[in-house]
Amino acid sequence: MPTKAGPEPGLHEWFAWLGHREGTDGSDGMTGFFETHLGIFLIVILQCLLMTAFVMISLLFLVYGDRKIWGAVQMRRGPNVVGPWGLLQSVADALKYVVKEVVVPAGADKTVFLMAPLVSFVLALMAWAVVPLSETLVISSLNVGILYIFAISSLEVYGVIMGGWASNSKYPFLGSLRSAAQMISYEVSIGFIIIGVLITTGSLNLVDIVLAQKGDYGLFNWYWLPHLPMVVLFFVSALAETNRPPFDLPEAESELVAGYQVEYSSAPFLLFMAGEYITIWLMCALTSILFFGGWLSPVPWLPDGLVWMLLKMGFFFFLFSLIKAVVPRYRYDQLMRLGWKVFLPLSLAWVALVAAFAQFGVLGGTYARWAIGG
Amino acid sequence: MAVTVWAFYVFAVTAIGAGLLVVLSRNPVHSVLWLILAFFSSAGLFVLMGAEFIAMLMAIVYVGAVAVLFLFVVMMLDVDFAELRGGMARYLPLGLLIGLVLLVELGLVFGHWTVSENADALRVAVTPDRAEAHNTAALGELIYTRFIYLFQAAGMILLVAMIGAIVLTLRHRTHIRRQDIPSQVLRSRSEAVELVDLRPGQGLGE
Repeated sequence: MPTKAGPEPGLHEWFAWLGHREGTDGSDGMTGFFETHLGIFLIVILQCLLMTAFVMISLLFLVYGDRKIWGAVQMRRGPNVVGPWGLLQSVADALKYVVKEVVVPAGADKTVFLMAPLVSFVLALMAWAVVPLSETLVISSLNVGILYIFAISSLEVYGVIMGGWASNSKYPFLGSLRSAAQMISYEVSIGFIIIGVLITTGSLNLVDIVLAQKGDYGLFNWYWLPHLPMVVLFFVSALAETNRPPFDLPEAESELVAGYQVEYSSAPFLLFMAGEYITIWLMCALTSILFFGGWLSPVPWLPDGLVWMLLKMGFFFFLFSLIKAVVPRYRYDQLMRLGWKVFLPLSLAWVALVAAFAQFGVLGGTYARWAIGG
Repeated sequence: MAVTVWAFYVFAVTAIGAGLLVVLSRNPVHSVLWLILAFFSSAGLFVLMGAEFIAMLMAIVYVGAVAVLFLFVVMMLDVDFAELRGGMARYLPLGLLIGLVLLVELGLVFGHWTVSENADALRVAVTPDRAEAHNTAALGELIYTRFIYLFQAAGMILLVAMIGAIVLTLRHRTHIRRQDIPSQVLRSRSEAVELVDLRPGQGLGE
């Protein structure tokens, strides 16, 4: 990370720092190259590729894990044929999707139809640019990191709307309208929950949010304790935001066949699915970062590190998966009622409460850890 | 800063091109999609100016909320594309005329534009030093500390306008069945289920 003297680094400083760091490391002829714009550009590209590789590889095992967990809940074995313990099942599935024929419906708007899955996949990947896996493992320690993620996730609704509209078919369109309304509704409460965490931290930088949770008491320093009600709300909102069961109304097989994905096949469908899982993985990462101390170790005598982050993300994914297996689907009006009449007032009241706690230093400043200003 | 210069041209050209296509594209849904691209590129321009916070707000508010509403409305409308295309040719002269008038007005205004000598100093005076606080903190300081009452008043006005709109469109329909979630959750088995001993062939006898 760039050093934190004064204000947090913006993009300019980040670029400058990238060049500087490479300059001090080596002493051979390559040093000069990595200070040039091309060198910096190459390093950034490499970092992005590494993060993408991490996300894509975990994606394979997420899908596998998902199916194994449902299998266990339903007393089946789940995938167990391809590779040892069926580990390569996802690879085989992905390969099969790719080599199938892409069917574009006759009345479809072809460009938009094919762009929709791309949009939803690329946006899902873009958000990972600011997610810190540990204190140093982050592509961009952006000073508006959490806002960036929020902005990207508010754009993700376009993949769904475009897909549903361009299919030129009734069920996909209905599914996409539902989905859009649902995602927008729950984004509001997610926004308010995040504001609570931001007030406590005094920074929008995700690295800072984690570092503010560091303390002598291990896991009791994390935000889940002071922000306990919001942890539940955030998790449920994350389920709704990613269209996971019990809120998978856009798909709702029994009513809408498969929602906005009905007309999709082959690689475009794969992109939609991958985008969905990447967003779920992102939500797992966000839950760990915002409320469960990210890469911090739960006990003071063990070192912090990447492994904690991965364990926490894996645990939240397990919860996501378990909920899909055991909870029945909500009805649409109940979903909207929950979002607007329960979650929104609760999270709004919590923001006001946290602001007051922070201002008046309740509980020895638990709610105002890195507070800036007055 | 060659990288930022390149990025500026990419964003600027994309924004202008997308803006042009908003007007030119024949399908209104495509227009909105181009509009989204234009918004997004201008968010990129804000990042290049060092105003990350405004850029993110641009993406969240305009792209994530306003444009979604546009898209909904346009998709739901039953638009006759052929008729729209006919209208384009008919109204083009009028549109060009309005554009020309606006251009001339702009020219006249900027021709006689005089800036007060201490305007720059006044504008800088409210801004915290950019070396000390990044723009999120600076904006927060300005909006929520120095000009909190003005900001709250603006919020109040918007709230009143919103309530007015809701009151105008609200109608209570008496004969529809509504859900009462608490009463549904709280009712017990004895209220909901009644066991009746039925004899074959007689029914309930109602």
